[in-house]
Amino acid sequence: MYNYLDELEAKSIYIIREAYNKLDPLGMMWSIGKDSTALLYMVRKAFFGRVPFPVALLDTEQEMPEVYAFRDRLIKEWDLDCINWKCPPEEEMDMTLPPNTRSAMRKTEGLKTLMEEYKFKGMFGGIRRDEQGLRAKERVFSPRSFDGSWDFKDQPPEFWDQYKTEFPEGAHLRVHPILHWTEIDIWRYHQRENIPFCELYLAREDKETGKMMRYRSLGEKNLTFPVESPADSIEAIIEELGVTEVSERSGRSMDTETEDSFEKLRARGYM
Amino acid sequence: MKKQSQKAMQQLRVVIVGHVDHGKSTLIGRLLYDTNSLPAGKYEELQEICKRRGTDALEWSFVLDAFQAERDQAITIDTTQIWFSTEMRDYVIIDAPGHREFLKNMISGAAQADAAILVVDATEGVREQTKRHAYMLSLLGMRQIAVVINKMDMVDHSTERFEEVSKEVDHYLKSIGLNANYIVPISAREGDMIANRSDKMDWYKGKSLTETLDCFELESPPLSRSLRFPVQDVYRYNEERILVGRVETGSIKKGDTILFSPTNESAKVTNIKVWPEDSARVSAGAGECIGITLDERIFVERGHIGSHNENPPMLSNVFRANLFWLSAKPLKQGNSYKVRYGTNEATVTVQSIDRVIDTDDLGQTEKASEVGKNAVAEVTLRSREMLAIDPYTDNQKLGRMVIYDGYDIAGGGSINMDGYADQRENAPKSQNIFMVDHLITDERRALNKGHKGGIFWFTGLSGAGKSTLAMAVEKALFDKGYHTYVLDGDNVRYGLNSDLGFSPEDRAENIRRVGEVTALMADAGLIVISAFISPYRADRDKARAASPDNFNEIYVEADLKTCENRDPKGLYKKARQGSIKQFTGVDSPYEAPENPEMVVNTQDNDVQTCVNQVLRYVEDLVRLETYETSRKEKAIAI
Repeated sequence: MYNYLDELEAKSIYIIREAYNKLDPLGMMWSIGKDSTALLYMVRKAFFGRVPFPVALLDTEQEMPEVYAFRDRLIKEWDLDCINWKCPPEEEMDMTLPPNTRSAMRKTEGLKTLMEEYKFKGMFGGIRRDEQGLRAKERVFSPRSFDGSWDFKDQPPEFWDQYKTEFPEGAHLRVHPILHWTEIDIWRYHQRENIPFCELYLAREDKETGKMMRYRSLGEKNLTFPVESPADSIEAIIEELGVTEVSERSGRSMDTETEDSFEKLRARGYM
Repeated sequence: MKKQSQKAMQQLRVVIVGHVDHGKSTLIGRLLYDTNSLPAGKYEELQEICKRRGTDALEWSFVLDAFQAERDQAITIDTTQIWFSTEMRDYVIIDAPGHREFLKNMISGAAQADAAILVVDATEGVREQTKRHAYMLSLLGMRQIAVVINKMDMVDHSTERFEEVSKEVDHYLKSIGLNANYIVPISAREGDMIANRSDKMDWYKGKSLTETLDCFELESPPLSRSLRFPVQDVYRYNEERILVGRVETGSIKKGDTILFSPTNESAKVTNIKVWPEDSARVSAGAGECIGITLDERIFVERGHIGSHNENPPMLSNVFRANLFWLSAKPLKQGNSYKVRYGTNEATVTVQSIDRVIDTDDLGQTEKASEVGKNAVAEVTLRSREMLAIDPYTDNQKLGRMVIYDGYDIAGGGSINMDGYADQRENAPKSQNIFMVDHLITDERRALNKGHKGGIFWFTGLSGAGKSTLAMAVEKALFDKGYHTYVLDGDNVRYGLNSDLGFSPEDRAENIRRVGEVTALMADAGLIVISAFISPYRADRDKARAASPDNFNEIYVEADLKTCENRDPKGLYKKARQGSIKQFTGVDSPYEAPENPEMVVNTQDNDVQTCVNQVLRYVEDLVRLETYETSRKEKAIAI
């Protein structure tokens, strides 16, 4: 029975295959979170079990140990060509930015140096429209100038599954195959396909407070905090998402530091 | 509290359009509030903003500003998505605020929408943007439309005013081929008839806005249509060649024979491939991304379209499109552009811009030389190679294309084949055919007759003078002792082609048969003159292909106005009155030759001058000396 997850998945696989046909060399940003892992799983569907390009973790060496362990497990199980790319240190970031935004900028700068090194024409990213207001404005094939910046004021039209896949020398495309998914869709898909995910998403007791806490969204340990939640299984997560009014990125401090901090990050090339 | 578990899982995407200040933003704000879809704290924030700005009444359009975190006006220009829900399901509003670049963003937004809400101000009625937006909806093929007549509080909730504006909107929508599924009187400011009914409009017995939205449906995959499997890519894994793609329409089964277009080659499906592997998988339907393997190694690449034998796409190197243009650089006649539809990519030249439509007043300009930004036009496009084409009316997935100018998507539109025939070559129906050689050479035939054979193919509009000229040239040649014969359009339709009408397909068949007959007659050593409108380049090219060495294309030239004034058979008059359909030059295309061997202008010259011009040309070509000379030249060349 063809259902709505099949439809979402088919759209993503179509986009993945379009990018693979049009863009070479191609890479993928893998943050090791639920979204980019679901995306990676769809890449394997698109290429009959293979991942025919490298996946890159922008490593600030600040990820949580569970995240690194999960990375190593999937590299082995899924036979991944993983680039563990070291991001430049925080001291090199724009000092006028608020501290947490500056810290997040390390990923942006890391991505820039990664692109310079590998000369990727296309880079998959696992962002979704429902995550955040600015991401809602994204295109599936989103052109970036040579320094990675994003001109959200003048984006190419995009309709009928036809994309802008050619661009001047030096620029590249961010490709967003799961832009049309929502958070709950991703978890339902994880559940249906039995895709592995990092255990940090599941609630466990905080030793200090005794409260049940889990991560809605995974990021570096200095920037990301768990939220209170009793959801200790994927079923419970899905149940919880049906009723919650807490936003997904509420545990991400750099989004809300100042009114427009996320906007600044995105315009400079953040995911 | 939302009841997620009983709800439909999939969200419906709605686009909201309408004239500026008719209340789109207010409606969105109100819709969010009335369906309890505002995130915690937003309502209080809104009250705060309104108090600060010194307004007593809540200004619902501020919700958008607050909700989208878009304080800076400059960034409120792109398609944004906002979520809300009813008891039945979740909705995404695809909003395209801002006026600059509106069309580009509206199309990017509306093209993903399942339904549209058209907002019309009860005090103002239909305005320019109401028309423009509705026209774009029709061009995008939107079929689920709710019209809301807003600001009913400003017209005292008058049922008469509602009826009046409804009628106006309905009339306009019908004139552009759209149908309003529902027309709802609302007051976005007061929250009447949005999620809640209203005492002030108890005369209205229809559905509220959210109830109408709940009636809309998600498009179901077009399973019952003819199979179209556009090849997206070809992967080679473990010695296996897998053709991947999305089944756009219909369904495909293991064991099916698949015909690929435009190559016209077929092979059988040996496997339907998915991952993780599933040997039970023997078929796939519309919407599914799959791989297939074939029993034969025929040539297949990205862009080729797989179908079943019974209902293949048309083949043509010319087609028409009804397109919108988004680029600041105008689309120009004679320019070449890249188009994409499905996974196919082709370079086309704009043969003609047949009509430009002003989307404000639907005013039309015929035969333009360019299409400017934000205009809509009907154009005829031609490609070098044969393309597999599905008109939009037959296939909504593949019957629409985007057009690129340089790197950028500059426009898009629906494809039609009105006036053009399928050019798929039919192989001889019978097998076991063996060509037999004649024992008489062309040279001996020529010596026997005293001249060479040849085909002089007149083409031109009805009334250009083809028949007159042909008969006069025939007589002059005959009087000089040449063996000659005229095949005339009307004469042939009495006998050989009496079974054919004037549809593009019948016209193509008419010319195909005449082309074969002229080839035989020229082969027999005759000087054949044919006088047929033969409006399509493709058909004339086929006639040429039947006897390439003998064929001479002669363009009998006179413009439409001249021919229409002459109107020797009274046909133009009938065509203009509409009693003859598909008349060349009136409602069916004429494609003038690009490189004819000769042009005879009957508009500026009298009959005798034209006859002499043709006569000289014919005699030069069929003369035996010419034959000998050309043979000698060939011999030297060898």
